[in-house]
Amino acid sequence: MVPLSWYLALAAGLFTVGLFGVLARRNAIAILMGIELMLNAVNLNLLAFWRYLWSDNLTGVVFIIVVLAVAAAEVAVGLALIISIYRRRSTVIAEEIDLLKW
Amino acid sequence: MTGPQIIFLAAAAVTLIAAIMVVTVPRLVHAGLWLILALAGIAVLFILLDNGFLAVVQVAIYIDAIAILIIIAVMLTRAVMSDTDPQINRMWLASALACLFIMAGLLGIVAQAPAASPSELVEAEVSMDALGRALVDVDGFILPFEIASVLLVAALVGAILVAMTPARGD
Amino acid sequence: MSDPFTTIGQFIKDLLIGIGIDAVVTDVALNIVGAVVLGGLVGAAAILLIWAERKLVARIQDRLGPNRVGPFGLLQTIADALKLITKEVLIPRGADRYVFIMAPLVVVAGVIGMWAVMPLAPGLIGSDINVGLLYVIAIGAIGTLGIIMAGLSSNNKYALLGAFRTVAQMLSYTVPIILALLIPVMLAGSMGMSTIVEAQRSVWFIFLAPLAAIIFFISSIAEVGRAPFDLLEAESEIVAGFHIEYSGMAFGMFFVGEFIHAFTIGALFAVIFLGGWQGPGAESFPLLGLFYFVAKSFLMYFVVIWIRGTFPRIRIDQMNSFNWKFITPLALTVFVVTAILDKLSVEAGFNRTAVLLAANAIIVLGTLFLLRTHARSLRRRLEVTDRPQIQRSEAAGD
Repeated sequence: MVPLSWYLALAAGLFTVGLFGVLARRNAIAILMGIELMLNAVNLNLLAFWRYLWSDNLTGVVFIIVVLAVAAAEVAVGLALIISIYRRRSTVIAEEIDLLKW
Repeated sequence: MTGPQIIFLAAAAVTLIAAIMVVTVPRLVHAGLWLILALAGIAVLFILLDNGFLAVVQVAIYIDAIAILIIIAVMLTRAVMSDTDPQINRMWLASALACLFIMAGLLGIVAQAPAASPSELVEAEVSMDALGRALVDVDGFILPFEIASVLLVAALVGAILVAMTPARGD
Repeated sequence: MSDPFTTIGQFIKDLLIGIGIDAVVTDVALNIVGAVVLGGLVGAAAILLIWAERKLVARIQDRLGPNRVGPFGLLQTIADALKLITKEVLIPRGADRYVFIMAPLVVVAGVIGMWAVMPLAPGLIGSDINVGLLYVIAIGAIGTLGIIMAGLSSNNKYALLGAFRTVAQMLSYTVPIILALLIPVMLAGSMGMSTIVEAQRSVWFIFLAPLAAIIFFISSIAEVGRAPFDLLEAESEIVAGFHIEYSGMAFGMFFVGEFIHAFTIGALFAVIFLGGWQGPGAESFPLLGLFYFVAKSFLMYFVVIWIRGTFPRIRIDQMNSFNWKFITPLALTVFVVTAILDKLSVEAGFNRTAVLLAANAIIVLGTLFLLRTHARSLRRRLEVTDRPQIQRSEAAGD
């Protein structure tokens, strides 16, 4: 029987690792990978709470399914944007996509 | 150390190590493959949480669609940023410190989590049948279901439009 | 001895517990042994599968096929395997070593993993999860991942091109597979494989949803990458595609993996649409159920080989338009019609089989009519553009 805090600690760790990936990587696709890690950490957290505290209610499972669908949609649109930027400006480095900066 | 605890520790170690490799390896294709390992580890943890359906859905959506899409995108844009360029930007030390602070804060909150044992899983209420009915039930979750489908259609149309090569004669 | 599998399993378990091993450890150990035995049997069956394919394709092409090594050439595959084992596995310079070696393993693992949920006989199933069909689709697409790894890690632009096309084809044809598989799930009321087999007790699903069966079959052939959808690895097209840099046993694994995948498709079709292990007397003699299952799978594998030997190869743009402009809308239509009629016919008290068969027939006739109209308008358009040229050459000739 695994204590609930173990799952939550793992989810917190995964979230932090994903956050580091988003903040510290230069390639836009690597940033997207970090975002995926964060979304998975959130899913793990939701499922752990659902299993341990509210397993008579389906709200947790539906929440996770919606988060999964949103993550899929976000990756699709994000990658389409990155490929479109690559076609026009020949770069995928996030620092160089700065036309709107002051 | 009971059986589930051993399995949890193994899966958690694999997932965490794979996640750290995702954000640190210089070659993006390898990062994509480590991401797949991390997602598989999370699927194992889902199974451990008594939800086989979500584990299979995780494999089918994340690994089979999203991760493959990411790897293909990495391949399509590979010529621009070679793998010997620095992959970590200048602010990595500040980011690492910030992330460590955030993790310390989160772990502090987690330590105060209720020491709960898994509540009883009433099979009839959370089975696949109940999930299906709840997703289309007016008193249930039909609104999030429909909004998620509208979002997916919008993402589909938007992704195709954004990534479409200009039509001939443009 | 009417149920040998359970008896033997129980006997071994009692033996191990009698020695003093913990019950949980015995369970885990027996599960692992069962998985290894099943995987090994499926892998060893490849010998028979490759021989059958070579003989059948040879006969279709009016030649003999392997007939020297062993009686009727049965040992030809073993000879080929020995040859492949003794060949050197070359890793090209600049290739990604670990990904290169892991790719064929991932492909074969994805294929053999599908057998974990196949109901082989009443009561004989690797793992009876209630989301078996979704698991099959998920694990099947892990083979696609292995192909991308193979294409990426070979330092070769043909391999890369082949890998892209292969993945595009496999991911595209997953959509009609899932849509076609939703119909048996709906008719059976569950995604579990043994539940689907049990639900076909009265009438097999191929009679309730023939169009879904055909769509599933065609899309599965495209997903495996066999002819007529095999332009990804055709020697005349792209010089063997994604496995161009592989030699020796690494190539052997891709080769064997493709045949096992084709047989697995046949087995899936047998389970989902042909009733799996059902047949006269299968309830009381599980061995008979196993025999029916294997016979039906081989029948479908024969149809796959038959199609391979008969049809010409399809171009990649034809394949794409076939999928998105024809198969996917057709699968959606069949799914919606079946969903509506299934519930309505049960409510109104009609015979479910007759109603669904009639609906499928109407959809088939409608599709054929639409195809005929489309083909006629295409031909008319071509004739219109051809006519001025004929007049011009006549005017120039006299």
